[in-house]
Amino acid sequence: MSGYQKPIPQIDEESKPFWEACKRHELYMQKCRDCGTLRYYPRALCGNCLSSDTEWVKCSGRGEIYTFTVTYQNRGAGFRDELPYVLAYIELEEGVRMMSNVVECEPEKVSIGMPVEVVFEDINDEIALPRFKPLPE
Amino acid sequence: MNLYKKAAIAGVYEHPTRWAPDKSAFQIHAESARGALEDAGLKISDVDGYFTSGVSGMAPILMAEHLNINPKFLDSTSIGGSSFDAHVHHACAAVAAGLCEVALITYGSTASSRGMSIGTGLRLGSEPPEQFESPYGPTTVGAYAMVAHRHMHQYGTTSEQLAEIAVTMRRHASANPQAKYRDTITVEDVLESRIISAPLHLLDCCIISDGGGAVVLTTPERAKDLKKPPVWVLGAGESCVHTGMGAQDITDIAARRSGETAFAQAGIAHSDIDMCMIYDSFTITVLTTLENLGFCEKGEGGEFVLNGRIGLGGELPINPEGGGLSNNHPGMRGIFLVIEATKQLRGECGNRQVEETRLALVHGTGGWLGVRHSGVTLILGSE
Repeated sequence: MSGYQKPIPQIDEESKPFWEACKRHELYMQKCRDCGTLRYYPRALCGNCLSSDTEWVKCSGRGEIYTFTVTYQNRGAGFRDELPYVLAYIELEEGVRMMSNVVECEPEKVSIGMPVEVVFEDINDEIALPRFKPLPE
Repeated sequence: MNLYKKAAIAGVYEHPTRWAPDKSAFQIHAESARGALEDAGLKISDVDGYFTSGVSGMAPILMAEHLNINPKFLDSTSIGGSSFDAHVHHACAAVAAGLCEVALITYGSTASSRGMSIGTGLRLGSEPPEQFESPYGPTTVGAYAMVAHRHMHQYGTTSEQLAEIAVTMRRHASANPQAKYRDTITVEDVLESRIISAPLHLLDCCIISDGGGAVVLTTPERAKDLKKPPVWVLGAGESCVHTGMGAQDITDIAARRSGETAFAQAGIAHSDIDMCMIYDSFTITVLTTLENLGFCEKGEGGEFVLNGRIGLGGELPINPEGGGLSNNHPGMRGIFLVIEATKQLRGECGNRQVEETRLALVHGTGGWLGVRHSGVTLILGSE
């Protein structure tokens, strides 16, 4: 049994290609072939037009911090040992916002608008979790 | 259907407990039901519509059994702390449509004495969106904190301005003998309290208490002959906001659309509102709710709450009983908003009575601002 105590995403049919790409350390988003809308999180049908004609497009992995919080209290297993940590929404260059963590940076140095790029944490054989670290100035 | 004056609030009861290790949550539901029915002058056998939330499993039939009622209309809408405000909305629709005549809404919780960690435990589950959130450690406080941070970034809102909301709620609670926290605090006290999830401090967060309450609604005809004067539902609106496939502006909250619907139904202007009951899960909740309801422009909330405007005696008193920030918060506060607004409209509030209250606005927020949440607006009137 691994020592990883935080929640581990459950792969299902709708999210499988996303997690397979993450495992290769690549960030992919879904794009509707009918209306062109990008979407996150992954799901089978486009929320704009309900089409299920979907392609997976590779993202640059770069973006900026839309907002964040430095968490000082969380009793959840795994998290309570890593306080304080940064929870954030990242706005990707492609325009989609996703919840993640900002890592490899002192929490006090994190700011809204800060440019970041994706890094992957391999948490088991199936899942690599996309997180973000500051891009060099 | 426009719900304007199609149903009336006939009875309310706020359970006095804030700490009830000697009671079960079900008992608090039942005692609250008894209190609200007594307030209305109705009997338990009159109840033919029943609404509840916050009870696990098949809530309405579990609680119907506990109360020994057999309603012909059941509703367990569960959209967070605003659920009970939605129940008022739905009860109005059911009464207006003739589906039931006496609607009972109950709530009860022992969150405090049972040691529930409402704000900082891991709360997200395992449904599809949560797979992409819970691995990163969001907490309830953290979600609202991200809204606060973005608001500060976009509009220059300050922690001092947010603190003013907590200070005002505590001042109100200090005059309410039932409130859990009654010692007044200053802006400095808020800013010096420990940070839970930056930029929100401990005193920016609602308290945790035990408690409960109940509301009874009925038809206009029946309401006229009961013990207390009817309080009319003049308008109601409901809405939800979520991540929207990754396009959410997190300062744009559900109150905007639910408020528009409620004001349009009631046919009144913001300046007609005498007082508000606003779900104050966190200080930022009040600020963004005021903006999105349209009491001020987006970005002006920080200035709006200053100089006593939202305090008793101010231009727009909010939560005269002390709110979730100081009076009570057993996990889901929506029912207390309706109870206090009703008492204010009846003029029953003694030293915290807002003078000449004829129109009150209730707004409940449920779930997590910044992630996904519901908003329910009710406009209530005494005439």
